[in-house]
This record gives sequence, C-alpha cells and structure tokens, in this order.
Amino acid sequence: MTLLGKRIPIIFSLAIWFVVWELIGRVKLSLLIPPFSHVVAAGITILPTEKFAAAAMISLRSFAVGMAFALAIGIPLGVLMARSASVGRILGMWVNIFVSAPISALVPILMSVVGIGETTVVVTVFLFAVFVIILDTEVGVKQSDSSLVEMARCFGAQPYQIYTKVLLLSALPEILAGVRLATIRGVKGVVIGQLLIAIIGVGELFELYSRNFLMEEFWALVIVVFMFAFAVSEAIAALERRVEYYAGAR
Amino acid sequence: MTAEAIVEVKGVGKTYDGGVEALNDVCLELPPGKLSTLLGPSGCGKTTLLKIIAGLIPPSCGEIRVKGQKVDGPGPERAFVFQDFALLPWANVLRNVAFGLELRGAPMEQREEIARRQIAEVGLGGFEGSYPNQLSGGMKQRVGLARALAVNAEIVLMDEPFSSVDEQTRRKFQEELLDLLVHKQKTVIFVTHSIEEAAYLSDQIVLLSPRPGTVSRIIRPEIKRGGRSPDEIRRDKNYLDAVDEIWQILKQYV
Repeated sequence: MTLLGKRIPIIFSLAIWFVVWELIGRVKLSLLIPPFSHVVAAGITILPTEKFAAAAMISLRSFAVGMAFALAIGIPLGVLMARSASVGRILGMWVNIFVSAPISALVPILMSVVGIGETTVVVTVFLFAVFVIILDTEVGVKQSDSSLVEMARCFGAQPYQIYTKVLLLSALPEILAGVRLATIRGVKGVVIGQLLIAIIGVGELFELYSRNFLMEEFWALVIVVFMFAFAVSEAIAALERRVEYYAGAR
Repeated sequence: MTAEAIVEVKGVGKTYDGGVEALNDVCLELPPGKLSTLLGPSGCGKTTLLKIIAGLIPPSCGEIRVKGQKVDGPGPERAFVFQDFALLPWANVLRNVAFGLELRGAPMEQREEIARRQIAEVGLGGFEGSYPNQLSGGMKQRVGLARALAVNAEIVLMDEPFSSVDEQTRRKFQEELLDLLVHKQKTVIFVTHSIEEAAYLSDQIVLLSPRPGTVSRIIRPEIKRGGRSPDEIRRDKNYLDAVDEIWQILKQYV
C-alpha cells in the first residue's frame, strides 16, 4: 500500500484500528468496549501476576501435549492413508467429516467421558488439530512424484528409506501447511475447552473477567491469546518459506 | 554373439491390470560391454521392458536373468537413468549424485568424494551446490547420469534420457555418452524412439512392434567409431543403411 508515493508499513493499518477502538471507548458507546489504552494498561497489570502465569502455564501445557499427540498420530495416519488405498477409503470419509465438524459441541460429552480437567482440554486440542494434519499429510504424500519413489527403489532403498528419504521430505510443504493450520485450531481448542470447563487455565480467567464485567482485563487477555496464536503460526510460516524453494520446483 | 550375454530376457510377457497386454513373449540376449537399444513406436512396451529388466515391474510371465541370476527386484549391478530425471528437488547436485550411495549407507566423506569425481566427469564441476530447479534439462540429465555412474553398476539402463533436452544438447550428450562408455566398459540398455539416435549409438538395435510389444527384428549396425568424428559417422554407409533398414520396418507400424 502506498500513500502520496510513499510505502506505508502494514503496522499502520493496525494503528488505525487501535485509534478507532480508542475513540469508541472514549465516547462510551458500550460498556463492553473500554478504550484501547485502558486495555493495554490492564494487560500490563495482569501479565506479571501469579494468577496469569499459572493460567498460561496450564494452558500452554494442555496445548503442547494435545499438539504433540496430534502430530504423532496425524502425520503417520496421513501417510498411511496416502499409501494404502483401502485405509484411505475407510478413514477418508471420517476425516473429512471431522475436519469440518463443530468439535466444540463434543466437549461436553468429552467432559463426561474423561472428566472435568486438563485431560478434556488436551483431548479437545487434539481433536481440533489432528484432522487437518491428517488431511494435508495425505495430500502431500499423494502428490509426491511417483518417479522419485521408483528412483529410490531402483537405487536399492529399503522400504523405510522410501518414507524417510523421499515421501516425507517430498510432502513437507503440505505437512507444514497442515501443522500451521492445526496450530491455530489448537489454540482455539485450548480456549474453547477451558471456557466450557471454566475452572482451569486461561478459560477460567476469561470466565472470571466476563462474569464480573472486567472488560479491560478481558480484552487484554483476548489480545494476548491472539498474539500467541499469531506468533506460533508465523514461526511455522517462516519455516514453510524456507522449504518453499523446492515446493515450486516439484 | 561373441561373448556370453550379461542380460537374458526369456519369454517375458506383461499384461497390466485391466487386460492391456504390453509385452508378449519377448526373448533377447544382451552382450556385456555393448550398447543395446530398444527401439519402437510409442505403445510398443519398450519402457515397460526396461523397467522389468530393472526389477521395478514384475513380468506376468517369463523371466529376466542378469549374469545367470534370476531378477526379482532392483539390484546393485543395475542403475537407471530416468526420462524425467527423477532428481530430489530439495537436495543439491552433490547429494543427488551421492543418493544411491547414501541409500547403501556409505559414509558421508566417501560418497561425497565419489560424487564429486562423477560430477566432474559429466562436466558439471562447479555446480555441486546447485539445486535441480536452477539447472537446464541437459544439466539435470547429466546429474541423473552421474548418479547412475556413482553406484558403479555394470549395467546402465536409460529410459529415453535425451527426449526432454534440445537437439544440440542431445547430440553433444550422445557423443559424450559414447566416449564415456568406451572408457568405462559398461553395458548399456537404451530406450529411444529416435531412429538416428539408435543407429548412431548402438552396437545392437532391438526393434519392437506395438500392441503387444514383441521383438520384430534385431539389427547390428557394425559402425566403426574409433577415432572418427560424429559427422564422419553420420556419413558412414553402415550408419545410413541401418537408418534405412530400421525405417523400412518401422514405417509399417505408422
């Protein structure tokens, strides 16, 4: 974007939104929208508190464990579905249903199965993240050049080498895209899981702030969660750009 | 045939799932240290036959023997050069050339030394760190050739290796290939649909007829190559006779 021949940094558009937010807050249009500066101030006060640190810790842990399971199960399952036509047919339909299904609706059922606590949140993160990883891995492996597999066999590759040295590397751009989408969904999973349970982690804080009309703290927390999701997804996107040079060359 | 055949094709037939018969009762003997060409119109199963010899596709009937041993898969004595190059896009030239050795578990230092030597030999010195998408078609195929030479297989199988490079590169490549083979004593099995290429390169030309592929004729041009320029070879009576003989047979399939 340019203005009067000069390039305007992207950050400028954010700045405009913050100004608009500040103005809406100042004219007291709604009790739900405090001025942006107050939100920032609230953020600065809650971030160093022990309560926030504890909530962040427990949320991060649920997120990390859920994502680890999603990666450890999603990638091998995606590879299997791409390599075996029958597995692909049997599981493909379910994966496609679940990737678009409203997983949030399942959380109350999960609560009654695995109990009200961290496990439910971990399972929620897993369910939010795993299907898009499966789907993208499957697509990546399916699209990989069959003549590369033939070449590897020709030069004496063991079956496991075909996976580690050809198929997984070949599918890496798609796998990373899937992991990036899964990360964003995983963050949603943590928040939604904890909100529905409402007694642990960031979800508890959200519940606490909104119930007591602490809108400044509420919005500060929204921004923190948003920034976390954005930072993780950008980190993966940076990794994607590094492998992109060959994605275009396949 | 002077020497005993290094590759024997015995009654090989191939019918794909769905009933398409690609090959029917192909019998061949390929002499060691010579360049044999499989030539025929598209659909004659020449690539299928090459891949069966490579052990990539199992034949429906008959068998392949390499040095007397029955083939039931790829083996270290056979290397393949692919029509579409089949280079790993995420690996540089050095790693691509060393890939066959990497799969065999050769230590890094050793396989890179061998790869560097082969890269220099195919005239790509200085490009070790380049990636396939930075190379022209001709250069990519040199990488494919270097990779096949790096594993030091006695038999090199080439599937229309020059079909996706331009004519100048193709001719230069053909000459270099002949040079290389004189020095290395490799047995080459070469698939092409170009009559001139077959006649120019081959000690033995196997003409295949289409649908299903069967051996229609075997021609041995007997062109004297030693110390002669490519243009002299292309004016050689035996070369011209071979081209003409092949065309007389192939034109009935057009």
